[in-house]
Amino acid sequence: MNTNILQVKDPILSIENLSVAYDKNVAVKDVSVGIKKNNVTAIMGPSGCGKSTLLRALNRLHELYENIHTTGTVTLNGEDIFKMSPIKLRRKTGMVFQRPNPFPTMSIYDNVIAGYKLNGISQKKQERDEIVERSLRDVALWDEVKDSLTKKGTFLSGGQQQRLCIARALAFNPEIILLDEPTSALDPVATSKIEDLLITLKETYTIIMVTHNMSQAARISDYSLFMYLGELVEYGKTKNMFTNPQDRRTEEYLTGKFG
Amino acid sequence: MKVVSEIDNINSRIRKDRVFLGLVVLFSVITVSPIILIISKLIEKGYKQLSFGFLIEKTPDTMQAMAAIANNELIPGGIVNGILGTVLMVVLASVFAIPVGIITGVYLYENQEKWMANLTRSISDILQGVPSIVLGLISYLWVVKHVTNGFSAMAGSFALGIMMLPMIVRSTEETLKMIPQTLKEAGLALGIPYWRVLFGILIPTGFSGLMTGILLAVSRVIGETAPLMLTALGSSVINTNIAKPTSAIPLLIWEFYNDPNMVDMIWSSSLLLMIIVLAFNLTAKQVAANRK
Repeated sequence: MNTNILQVKDPILSIENLSVAYDKNVAVKDVSVGIKKNNVTAIMGPSGCGKSTLLRALNRLHELYENIHTTGTVTLNGEDIFKMSPIKLRRKTGMVFQRPNPFPTMSIYDNVIAGYKLNGISQKKQERDEIVERSLRDVALWDEVKDSLTKKGTFLSGGQQQRLCIARALAFNPEIILLDEPTSALDPVATSKIEDLLITLKETYTIIMVTHNMSQAARISDYSLFMYLGELVEYGKTKNMFTNPQDRRTEEYLTGKFG
Repeated sequence: MKVVSEIDNINSRIRKDRVFLGLVVLFSVITVSPIILIISKLIEKGYKQLSFGFLIEKTPDTMQAMAAIANNELIPGGIVNGILGTVLMVVLASVFAIPVGIITGVYLYENQEKWMANLTRSISDILQGVPSIVLGLISYLWVVKHVTNGFSAMAGSFALGIMMLPMIVRSTEETLKMIPQTLKEAGLALGIPYWRVLFGILIPTGFSGLMTGILLAVSRVIGETAPLMLTALGSSVINTNIAKPTSAIPLLIWEFYNDPNMVDMIWSSSLLLMIIVLAFNLTAKQVAANRK
């Protein structure tokens, strides 16, 4: 048992011996980790260490590509995600991507409600309005866009678009939100808005975020994973990891010796 | 001394530049002049015949035309049987080619490297190069002889539809490839089933690209004559039965060419066909420009 990896009691998401390979190149090696509910967990590491690959395994997005093979078990609230239908799993796990990607043909309103509309879930207009308003308020975008809900989502600024994408992911009331470097394409002001947002969102949701920005991980995450060459090197409270890293590689990364 | 030689050098460079500029302009003019000459000739020779009646009346018979020429009048009648025949066959061909072409294009996009997809792509490319008369022959053998037991609009549509297919397949695949992968992933990450992602997100996002491909395919087949000679044959009456012989604008042009009394009708029919094809082409260009 690797002592540098924190054992979490009653994790919402429990990853056991997860490996992901692109053809024969193993990108994530035998990762076992428990994610704590209502916290922000950051996945850190240098480029190419398998952070995004790990994240994308959690909503089975890898299944779109035939050359990617996943092994191991992941349970969400005790339920094996690989035995669920991917559709059910993905409704429980919202995902936000590196670059804001609102659906370009849809209005702001339709972008938020897209998950319901495109799933063919019929609702009264009032219900839809409520979901849209709640989701947009959750991401602090409501006041900025409430008068232009019929405008295309792509008319918004980059930071607003990214918050719209978070709102889209929240509309289904997921249990977990997966964010893949959500601020790497944004300016510092937009970044800080998203960071503040994530801190408030963790009261309702469990957040797992990939970042290669160490100071971002330090600012907003409660727990951190440090990955290197596909291996999970260290996992613990962010505070402890930044002040007292256990592994030499973590220390070298955090002090800027590589990365 | 060095400075002087550099100035000489610059002058000769300027001269060369002018010569090449002149050549470029010359070749550009050579490229665009055929279309200008064609259109001006068609207008010059065809505008007199082109009237509202030309669009809503049937083709005259050769005796009527001869009488009109003898009296120094315009040939009466129009080409409505050809116009409606062309519309009928192109619509029918589109009904067949658009769904099949788009679904095949989606298949190629989703399975880039699979051998089946590679094979399909190559065959589709080969199909694009098959001479249209050969497609007409095939349609004659399959549809005329065995399905409609005679020349028919359906046989003509079949040949035209096959011609449209590879263009729609390719434009669909290329359009989908240009849509960022993350849009598809974002849709699927919302728990939306694939077919709804395709019809709700990918196709609307690439709509103008698909539309451009379809319009170009239509404008390509609208002027096809050879395959129709072997399949739709032609008709002097308005036909709406897809199992019966049908006229088409290009077929009429060919018929007019073969009838010395009807020669004047060639120009107006060609002008109309040219206007229709140009309209499709310009619309396609406009749609393509709008997406940028």
